[in-house]
Amino acid sequence: MVTDIIKDIEQEYLKSDIPELSPGDTVKVGVLIREGKKERVQNYEGVVIRIAGHGTSKTVTVRRVFQGVGVERIFLLHSPKVASIKVLRRGDVRQARLYYMRGRSGKAARIREKVGATLPTEPSKKKKGTQAQKPEAPAEPKVPSASTETPSEQPAEATNE
Amino acid sequence: MSFPGLIGKKRGMTQVFSEDGDAIPVTIVELLPLTVTQLKNEQNEGYSAIQVGYQDAKAKHLTQGQQGHLNKNSLPLLRRLKEFRLEESAAGALKAGDTIDPFAEDSILKAGEKITVTGCSIGKGTQGGTKRWGFSRGPMSHGSKSHRIPGSIGPGTTPGRVYKGKKMAGRMGNRKVTVKGLKIFRLLPEKNMALIQGAIPGVEGGFITLKK
Repeated sequence: MVTDIIKDIEQEYLKSDIPELSPGDTVKVGVLIREGKKERVQNYEGVVIRIAGHGTSKTVTVRRVFQGVGVERIFLLHSPKVASIKVLRRGDVRQARLYYMRGRSGKAARIREKVGATLPTEPSKKKKGTQAQKPEAPAEPKVPSASTETPSEQPAEATNE
Repeated sequence: MSFPGLIGKKRGMTQVFSEDGDAIPVTIVELLPLTVTQLKNEQNEGYSAIQVGYQDAKAKHLTQGQQGHLNKNSLPLLRRLKEFRLEESAAGALKAGDTIDPFAEDSILKAGEKITVTGCSIGKGTQGGTKRWGFSRGPMSHGSKSHRIPGSIGPGTTPGRVYKGKKMAGRMGNRKVTVKGLKIFRLLPEKNMALIQGAIPGVEGGFITLKK
């Protein structure tokens, strides 16, 4: 049971800059990776096939097919380790849970684009968050190096700052 | 003076993030100031202790005996009374009516430190041996009918009785449970709340006791 007390405590830990997400959306998630003392952001792109939880424990499951192998990663949306999340494309789907994507490949695995859907104009700005002293800020300058790993995408993250 | 124990209320569990970005499961505990209600000493009671009370109450929630005990020292009506052993020398200048702030400098509560929490576990009613004591169950199929039955409860003619304390089905839960070594994740004095890492026995809204 989620009481007002729990909401009040969680409030401080919630990010305010998370775009509206729905199943079928194609998203790009910036994952904070710590290698020794260095931090960098690695992008992970895929389709949201599930949104679960609420408050600080809200998660999204993002599926992509990588080198012929289906990969699903579950992200704790409000975690400081999720540095950014950006919607690239709105999908038109009828189910809340797109588990049927697991059995599909190739052309069958396409998702129709939602007609008339609007993308969030301003992609996630991390520094705006109500929660201060989160270790997201120092990771920012390293974003351009991370985006070079996926050259297919324009380095939109770098312009976010 | 560092008071040896505190009384609080469990307010539920959630998940928050540490500075490293890890998700930490925490229990929210409400800690209101305590009121000293009685000093016990060697001469009168045979041991020295301090009785404290937690949370204001309405008269209808207390027995006349409880009200009389509190009225004797013209104290406010308090919901929960609890005593902590404390040597007279350590009690210092404490007297009935004093308040103890759980978030004071010298409190046993310090973020990052370990603490022992005692509460009354959630009552589970009558339960079988499988749930209550972790007995293994029998086969569920292949003609077996011994799904969750306890099996033999002891030898035959010798000793001709069942040993005392034999684990059997019965009432489970609703008893005092102590958990040691829980970490205090964060203190929120302005909200009278503390976040303690991990689970704490009891229902939400249940009284708990904290000790060093």
